[in-house]
Amino acid sequence: MKNIGVLFWKEFKGYFSSPVAYIFIISFLAVTNWLFFKTFFLTNQASLRQFFGLLPWMFLFLAPAITMRSWAEEKKLGTLELLMTLPVQEHEAVVGKFLAGLAFLGLTLALTFPLVITVMLLGDPDPGPILGGYAGAFLLGGSYLAIGLFASGITENQIVAFIVAIVIGFAFLITGESIVLYSVPSYWGAVCSYLGLGAHFQSIGRGVIDSRDLIYYMSLIGFFLLLNQLTIEGRK
Amino acid sequence: MIEVESLSKNYGATRAVREISFRVEKGEVVGFLGPNGAGKSTTMRMLTCYIAPDAGTARIAGFDITAQPLEVKKRIGYLPENNPLYLEMGVIEYLRFIALMRGIVGSAVRERLRHVIDICGLAAMASKDVGELSKGFRQRLGLAQTLIHDPDVLILDEPTIGLDPHQIIEIRNLIKNIGREKTVILSSHILPEVAATCDRVLILSRGSIVGSGTPEELASLSGGGQAIVAAIRGPRESIEAALRGLPEITNILYLGSEGGIERFELTAAADMSEKIFFLVSSNGWSLSELYRKSINLEDVFMELTMREAS
Repeated sequence: MKNIGVLFWKEFKGYFSSPVAYIFIISFLAVTNWLFFKTFFLTNQASLRQFFGLLPWMFLFLAPAITMRSWAEEKKLGTLELLMTLPVQEHEAVVGKFLAGLAFLGLTLALTFPLVITVMLLGDPDPGPILGGYAGAFLLGGSYLAIGLFASGITENQIVAFIVAIVIGFAFLITGESIVLYSVPSYWGAVCSYLGLGAHFQSIGRGVIDSRDLIYYMSLIGFFLLLNQLTIEGRK
Repeated sequence: MIEVESLSKNYGATRAVREISFRVEKGEVVGFLGPNGAGKSTTMRMLTCYIAPDAGTARIAGFDITAQPLEVKKRIGYLPENNPLYLEMGVIEYLRFIALMRGIVGSAVRERLRHVIDICGLAAMASKDVGELSKGFRQRLGLAQTLIHDPDVLILDEPTIGLDPHQIIEIRNLIKNIGREKTVILSSHILPEVAATCDRVLILSRGSIVGSGTPEELASLSGGGQAIVAAIRGPRESIEAALRGLPEITNILYLGSEGGIERFELTAAADMSEKIFFLVSSNGWSLSELYRKSINLEDVFMELTMREAS
């Protein structure tokens, strides 16, 4: 457990040792704020629905950018050998890296607080959907991070990791979209709508945290972290 | 301290390490010598639990590398090939990270950091980033990292590769100092390197151990005897004839002539220096040079590895 903590701090601080992290935080905030405020005053509704609607697509690119270095860089520089010959187990390393990514994502998400304040000042929004939206965004982001971490573990090229993560994340995201649901045979419909990342996000975003949605995100995260662990052990 | 039993590792169809067995006693400094691709790094990676063997096993301080990898890792300080480092970290930050991962806690962290920085001569570099360090200092940092938890066993993969001669001597001395109290395995493909630092040498070729012993023992493996160089002022033919008269001398190699001084390299079963001296003086010639050539591991190495290849 202690190893996870040490590794978490090392990884989390590592994000800020290069300008990449700042660039991503700033561009994420700039784009989401722009897209949000572009229509906010037109719709004249004190709600963050628009903002939360953007997140599945923004995170699709942000999360892989956060995780692409995680293993790929270690493999490329050979530090993986250094790390894995320290008294640490693979699953501890995976969890440490995942939590660091999650903390970074959480920080980025927290920096969107001006939106909440704006909406609160201008109207009287229902807090349920806002809290639910953030909780859902965190879980959705976590799923993308787990996918991204897995993608980073299969290659030593960061760009490959980035693209593979986007492709897998995109596949999970669109699976639940109605256009996919209409085009698959009806008995697949239920499965697809359950597997889709987006539907669960919307359901939590209504402010109701359903255990089915929680179980979905937890198992998706668990599944990809396990795959990640197996890939890292696969070097042996 | 280290017991290796028929350890094997294959990469696809390539047999990187083939059933090697050896023992290293506590306090010994053992060198792996071999050309690139001989299986040195693969063996070290198995001993440090980075990769798992396909067959066989090894015990380090009594712990099995496949059954108890965590216990094994705790007792080893490992410098991987090419000395990988987290370049974006600060020197102190890096050592602190390793110390914490090694389970060192509280005030002991600072104490251990100070100790290894002192031993490895890193004090002047303490405030720099790892990426800013020169190659020699990176190597020292790599060594400092292996020592931080005061391990019983050090495994160093090519610790002096890519350094300039001055740095090589520094790192070599550092390893010698460390090796006084620790069990060390180091690898190299440079012969004088191993001869200078190790108590015992294992020669690897194509995944097998083809020779083992002290540097001196290995030298005697190559045809045996010693090489003596003699430079004598006198007529070449009669000198050669006289030298041939000595039964102990098994081979005479004429090296050339310079200002009337004839140089020979002699191979002999025993120390011949005195006999040669008396032979020269009794013939009224004069001796301008007479010395024993240092042990030529290169020959042993070539012979053992070629034998394996053919």
